[in-house]
Amino acid sequence: MIEFTNVTKSYSVGTKALRGVSMQIEDGEFAFLVGPSGSGKSTIIKLITGELKPTSGSVHVNGYSLERIRKREIPYLRRTVGVVFQDFRLIDNKTVYDNVAFAMRVVGTGTREIRSRVPYVLNLVGLEHKSRRHPGELSGGEQQRLAIARALVNNPSTIIADEPTGNLDPARSLEIMTLLQEINNLGTTMLVVTHEQNLVEQFANRVITINDGLISSDRMDGHYDYED
Amino acid sequence: MKINNLGYLLKEGIRGIFLHGFMSFAAVIVTVACLLIVGSFSILVYNVNIMVDELNQTSEVLAFVDDTLTYAEAQTIETKIRQIENVYEANLVSREQALKDFIADHEGEAAFAGLESDVLRHRVVVVLEDNTKMEETVGEIRLISGVEDISAAYELAEGFTTLQRVLQFVSIGVIIVLLLVSLLIISNTVKLAMYDRKDEIAIMKMVGATNGFIRLPFVVEGFTLGMVGAALAFGLEWLMYDLLVARIQAMDTLNLFNLVAFQELLLPMILTFCSAGLFVGIVGSWTSIRKFMNV
Repeated sequence: MIEFTNVTKSYSVGTKALRGVSMQIEDGEFAFLVGPSGSGKSTIIKLITGELKPTSGSVHVNGYSLERIRKREIPYLRRTVGVVFQDFRLIDNKTVYDNVAFAMRVVGTGTREIRSRVPYVLNLVGLEHKSRRHPGELSGGEQQRLAIARALVNNPSTIIADEPTGNLDPARSLEIMTLLQEINNLGTTMLVVTHEQNLVEQFANRVITINDGLISSDRMDGHYDYED
Repeated sequence: MKINNLGYLLKEGIRGIFLHGFMSFAAVIVTVACLLIVGSFSILVYNVNIMVDELNQTSEVLAFVDDTLTYAEAQTIETKIRQIENVYEANLVSREQALKDFIADHEGEAAFAGLESDVLRHRVVVVLEDNTKMEETVGEIRLISGVEDISAAYELAEGFTTLQRVLQFVSIGVIIVLLLVSLLIISNTVKLAMYDRKDEIAIMKMVGATNGFIRLPFVVEGFTLGMVGAALAFGLEWLMYDLLVARIQAMDTLNLFNLVAFQELLLPMILTFCSAGLFVGIVGSWTSIRKFMNV
């Protein structure tokens, strides 16, 4: 569960990125987070992953209180939150298989478990036949599916996708969003930051709109509440 | 940490060396260069110190025996002097021998032909272990009854002692500066290697790797590179030093330079090179990775 209570965040240069945000995303929910550039979407993601601390208010993510989390607890928080980025962030010199296995290795999973889990996740995102390829040999859509597989492999309870379709054509975007919806159907909480109005409306999930550091609308009917 | 993971981390560390071949090569070359400079300077200082030591030993103390005493009585004085703590060597020279030596040391022996040995006194030639304590030891010799007079080149001995002190002081300073410069250069090289992999580190942080887990392969890498650098520098130092010694000995027909064989320095050199290699490798990678950990 993600819970923001009256959260403000100011940067040292004086910018007020969030000015009292309160929201709650329940376990297993699928929510879109929309809003213009600079509205505070990235700040919300960084607060959820523990990259930033709130200036005031409280942030609870999967049982961790982010306003008073200790530095050495942050890795354990991050194991509960898978993150997918617009620019994929894959390791080019590792194969598809190793990119996913790497995420399990670095949290200390044993070889036997890795060998059974990685093919399962690659199968889930439809990349099992490309496991020996390198990211450079994949299309944009495939690279994003690989990034999703990596985010998914440690079985996090939440996935945050930051503009996951920003670099993809409409057909691939639909594919990726469908995949995220399928993963959500399996029980993973999903928070997707996006600009794609068509997709948001097509999926008819909850839409939280943020504007100038404040939540301007929070609707359950897939209604996209601002114009670019 | 599971054994399974430890194996993986070690393997990753070694793999990193080959994966980032050029940076690894640069780090090793810089380590070798720095260690060679520090090592060569240390050996130079060590040799100069020994040479000054040897020169210092040539400054003797002469204890003149009362001229009413016989040679046999003078021998007991020689024994007493030998028992003094700082005395390395004491040899009684009879007045007859002293005269012979004196004449032999001077040209125109004929001029001294009529000289009787009783114009001279028996004397004990004393070599000290530590010339910095010359004044003290001379005082002790003076207390022995039958010792009438003492000639000691305090100034010369003091000069050598000062020279050695200055040399030690300067060399420790230079070695510290060289080590610091080496550490700085090596840690910068490691930093560049880290920069090369900042994306990989960011991904590790993102999926929830602990700092220890991220660090270990880099530290293994730093350790391995440091050791390889130390081993290469050690081999090169040995080779260069042996060549230099052979070259100097071939030219130095007067035996002016008495250089220490590298074999004599083997253990301290191995220890110094290995610990310096380890230190710069591990500290270099540990400190430079910190910058990339704050993600």
